[in-house]
Amino acid sequence: MTGMVALYIFMLAAFTGYEVIARVPVILHTPLMSGSNFVHGIVLVGAMVALGGAQTPLEKAIGFVGVLLAAGNAVGGYVVTERMLEMFKASGTRRAGKGPH
Amino acid sequence: MPAWMSADLAIQASYFVTAVLFIMGLKRMSSPVTARSGILWAGAGMAVATAITFLYPSMTNYGLIVPAMLIGSVLAWWSGKRVAMTNMPQMIALYNGMGGGAAAAIAAVELYRGGTEGYVTTTLAVAGGIIGAVSFSGSAVAFGKLQGLITRSLRFGGQQLLNLLLLAAALALGALVAAGVNSSFAVLTGFFVVALVLGISMTLPIGGADMPVVISLYNALTGLAVGLEGFVLENAAMIIAGTVVGSAGTLLTQLMARAMNRSLGNVLFSGFGDTGGPATGAVTGSLKPIEASDVGVMLAFAQKVIVVPGYGMAVAQAQHKIWELCQLLIERGVQLRFAIHPVAGRMPGHMNVLLAEAGVPYDLISDLDEINAEFETADVALIIGANDVVNPVARTDKSSPIYGMPILNADKAKNVIVIKRGQGAGFSGIENALFYLDNTRMLYGDAQKAGAQLIQAIKAVG
Repeated sequence: MTGMVALYIFMLAAFTGYEVIARVPVILHTPLMSGSNFVHGIVLVGAMVALGGAQTPLEKAIGFVGVLLAAGNAVGGYVVTERMLEMFKASGTRRAGKGPH
Repeated sequence: MPAWMSADLAIQASYFVTAVLFIMGLKRMSSPVTARSGILWAGAGMAVATAITFLYPSMTNYGLIVPAMLIGSVLAWWSGKRVAMTNMPQMIALYNGMGGGAAAAIAAVELYRGGTEGYVTTTLAVAGGIIGAVSFSGSAVAFGKLQGLITRSLRFGGQQLLNLLLLAAALALGALVAAGVNSSFAVLTGFFVVALVLGISMTLPIGGADMPVVISLYNALTGLAVGLEGFVLENAAMIIAGTVVGSAGTLLTQLMARAMNRSLGNVLFSGFGDTGGPATGAVTGSLKPIEASDVGVMLAFAQKVIVVPGYGMAVAQAQHKIWELCQLLIERGVQLRFAIHPVAGRMPGHMNVLLAEAGVPYDLISDLDEINAEFETADVALIIGANDVVNPVARTDKSSPIYGMPILNADKAKNVIVIKRGQGAGFSGIENALFYLDNTRMLYGDAQKAGAQLIQAIKAVG
C-alpha cells in the first residue's frame, strides 16, 4: 500500500465516520458509542498478527496481553451493545401493538 | 508461492467484506428501527475478520494466541452479561480502555522487535502507541471514578504544567524512536511508561460529571490508535474501522460537550465536576417537605404532568415503578410527558435506554428543546432523582460552575415535586436553588418506595 493510497483511505474513512453519525437521534448516542467501541475491537486481528510474529519472551508477553485486551474489547463491546439495543426492539414492537398512534 | 498468494487474497477479500459490514452496521445503528440488526452486521464482520486472520502467512505462537483470546473473551462475556444497565457507561470505558491497551501493545511488540521499516511507519507506530496508552490508563481511571473506586479528584497546583511536561517527555522519547536515533529497550520502555502515567494524570483531576465526555473522547482516541497501528501492519480492516470510529467518536464527543455547553478544552483542563467545593452560592429559602398522599392528590387532578427522571431514579431501579405510576395517571386522562436532559443519566441517551428497559414508549419522551416551552403550562413537574439538570442557577448565577449549561426549566411549572433520597447536593456538588423555591415541595425517600406510595395514594383518590 503506497503512502498516498493510505492517505486517501484515511480521508474517506474519516468522512464516512462523520456522515454515518451526523444524523443520529440523541436516544441512540449511548448504544452508538458502545457500538463504535465494539467496532474498534477489530484491533484484535492486529494483536493476533503482532503476537503471531513475536519472538522474544518480552514480545510474546506483551503480545499475549494485547490479544487478551483486544478480545475483551471486541466481546465486551458486542455483549453490552446487543443488550442495550435489545430493549429498543422490545419497546418498538410493543408500541406497534397498542401505541397511541 | 501459490498457496501463500491465495491465502493473502482470501484475507484481503475478507477484510474488505468486514469493512463494508462495519460501516453498514454503524449506519443501521444510527436509527432506532434498524439499530438491533446493526450490531449483528458488525458482529458478523468481526467474526469473519478474526477467523480469516488465523490464515495469516508465517504466523506462529498459536499456543499463546488461542488461550489469550479465550481468557479475554470469557471475562468480557461474563462481565458484559452481568452488568446492570445503570453501570453501562463505565463498562464501555473499561472495554474501550482494553482496545487502547491492545493498540499500544501492538506498537510495543513491533517497536521492540524492530519490525517497523522507515521513518513514516515508525512514526505511525509511535503515535498509535502513545494514543493507545493514554486511552488505556485514562479509561481505567474513568472506570474507577464511575464505579466509585476512586472517589477523590486529585488536584494540586501546577498540575497542568506537570501534564504538559509528561506530554513533552513522551513526545521527546517518541521522537528519539521515530527518528531512529535511539530505540533501545530503556528508551522504548520509558516512552510507554510516561504515556501511561500521562493518561492517569490527565484523567484524575476531571470530575465525575464530565466523565461521559472523557469516555467518548477516549473512544475516539482508541479508534485513531487502532487506525494508526493498522497502517503499521498494513491491515485495511483496522485502518478503515479505526478511522471511522475515530471520526465518529470525535463528532459524538463534540455533541456531548455541546449538550453541556462546555468546550472540550474546558472539560479537559478546568477540573470542574467534582464533589464538595466551597463554592456553594447564597441560596435563600428553606426546603419544604410534603407527604406522598398530598402529592398523589395533586397528580391525580393535574391536567399536565412532566416527569424529569435522573440518575437517582435509575440507581434506585425505580423506572418500572415510576412507569406504573405514569400509566395510572395516563388512564386518568392526565397529559403526561417525560423530559430528558441530554446528559441525564451518565451520558447522552443513557436515560432513554433505562426508560426503554422499563417499557416506556419513545413518543412520550421529549428532549430539552421540545419540552422546555411546555413547563410553563404544566401543573406539576415531577423531579425524580435529577439534580444539576434542573438547577436554575445555570441560568442566573454567573459564578456557578454550571452557569450556561442548558437546563430543563422545571422551575417554571406551577408545582414542583422533588423525589430525593436525602438533602445532599448533586453529582457536581452544587447546591440546587430549585429545591428552595416557593412552588417546590420535597418528597424524601428512595424513588422506588416513593413511587409505590404515590401509586397507593392515587388509587385511594379513586
